[in-house]
Amino acid sequence: MDAFAAPRPRRVLPGFGLTLGYTMVYLSLIVLIPLSAVFIRSLGLGWLHFYEAVTAPRVLASLRLSFSASLVAAVINAVFGLIIAWVLVRYTFPFKRVADAMVDLPFALPTAVAGIALTALYAPHGWLGRGFALLGVKVAFTPLGIVVALTFIGLPFVVRTLQPVIEDLDREVEQAAWTLGASPVQTFVSVMLPVLWPPMLTGFALAFARALGEYGSVIFIAGNMPKSTEIAPLLIVTKLEQYDYAGAAAIAVVMMVLSFAIMLGINALQNWAITRHGER
Amino acid sequence: MRRRLLIGIALMFMTLFLAIPLLTVFAQALARGAAAYLAAITEPAALSAIKLTLTVAAISVPVNLVFGVAAAWAIAKFNFRGKSTLITLIDLPFAISPVIAGLMFILLFGTNGWFGGFLRTHHIHVVFAVPGIVLATIFVTFPFIARELIPVMQSQGNDDEETALSLGATGWQTFWRVTLPNIRWGLLYGVLLCNARAMGEFGAVSVVSGHVRGLTNTMPLHVEILYNDYNYTAAFAVASLLALLALLTLAGKSFLEWRQPELRRTGHARQRPKGGKR
Repeated sequence: MDAFAAPRPRRVLPGFGLTLGYTMVYLSLIVLIPLSAVFIRSLGLGWLHFYEAVTAPRVLASLRLSFSASLVAAVINAVFGLIIAWVLVRYTFPFKRVADAMVDLPFALPTAVAGIALTALYAPHGWLGRGFALLGVKVAFTPLGIVVALTFIGLPFVVRTLQPVIEDLDREVEQAAWTLGASPVQTFVSVMLPVLWPPMLTGFALAFARALGEYGSVIFIAGNMPKSTEIAPLLIVTKLEQYDYAGAAAIAVVMMVLSFAIMLGINALQNWAITRHGER
Repeated sequence: MRRRLLIGIALMFMTLFLAIPLLTVFAQALARGAAAYLAAITEPAALSAIKLTLTVAAISVPVNLVFGVAAAWAIAKFNFRGKSTLITLIDLPFAISPVIAGLMFILLFGTNGWFGGFLRTHHIHVVFAVPGIVLATIFVTFPFIARELIPVMQSQGNDDEETALSLGATGWQTFWRVTLPNIRWGLLYGVLLCNARAMGEFGAVSVVSGHVRGLTNTMPLHVEILYNDYNYTAAFAVASLLALLALLTLAGKSFLEWRQPELRRTGHARQRPKGGKR
């Protein structure tokens, strides 16, 4: 837009060629060429073998598990993330700053550490696992355990996407709704939700995408039984350990295509939400 | 009433999912007393894992720092076609599973990889050796610094630099004396997050490392080996060092956000769409 609005300013600053050139070379070497290796390697299979590799029952089961567990975890994060973001912006309470900083723990804590900690907690004789065992619920080494790990990993995305939006919410509009006699639920649904749902969906999609590829925190708590608690990233590792490079690459391609589709969806959604918001 | 209920739910959830797992790490690490703890973190395998982790971070963070500054300079200070595509490409590593990151380098440098034959005849080890671990770490931490610096540089505009140049400073002088001081907090912020990930990366490094104990084990991999050997106390002892690093990172992050509140808004979760209110 800027480019059309005003004549392009003369480049006064030096270093454009150098920095852009360096960026392109480095990007190609570290990201683009290695990434293309995965696609080219999987193409080496030929369409028939590629199709067979990604539709084997064990592969399909792992993809189904990865997608469904990530979806459930992202939904949990969307709901509780909204509550946490709301509380952190709107209310004051003791240790609020600590709580706010702690939201980023899943970003800062190495995934393997999170994995063994959650496993120790939710194992049948662990602090929390014991309680669940009394209720007859097994968490660790079941799909439920995978959801727990993925929920931990995805929490910051929703909270951090929502916080700035809630900070920018116009409180006068809420108060106007109140004074006009709207109930809290009505105010939330018709005044706040229209503004909050686009960032909530963005956070949801980011948490989902992250959960899909997650490995370190999941493999300890998952149990890793083929066809029941084996996630897709683990199956890639297993294929590699069996020297089935092309098979590993094929699963990777399917995962990447699906998660790129999600990222494209996020961008489209964001653009749509911004234009809509602008028109309001 | 509603206020209390919401705060209660939020704090319950955060205690369950964040505080208790963190406490577990330290409780388990110290379960057999301080002597066992010290023994676990000072045994030779642990020390060599710590050393490798520090080495890997000491290489990958500066490399990504130079890239981040270059990319931010090109993207924030100039207009060119394909800029948004470039930003998307820089973000790619965030969207790719760490396992796939490791897989990429195996496909390139492994025995059956594109360059496998060449490397073998020249006796160069990349995969299942330290260079592979460094490459995988550089890949997963690739966007961190660039992504923090781009919005910081964009919001500062070009005026300061143009003034310096018109007063006769050279390009490098302008960069070192004008740009760098302007972006220092954003730079530190990016380095902090990049370093945390570099030291803690597990999936990508696990795929390329080959698990040679005492040779290609980083701290997270050492934790895994100890854990799988049922050596829980030692596993949690080494894990507690990584948890301390995480806490230090969070403290540093909060400090930088307090110094420079805009940093919060550019955070790693997602850049806020431009042109919003405020």
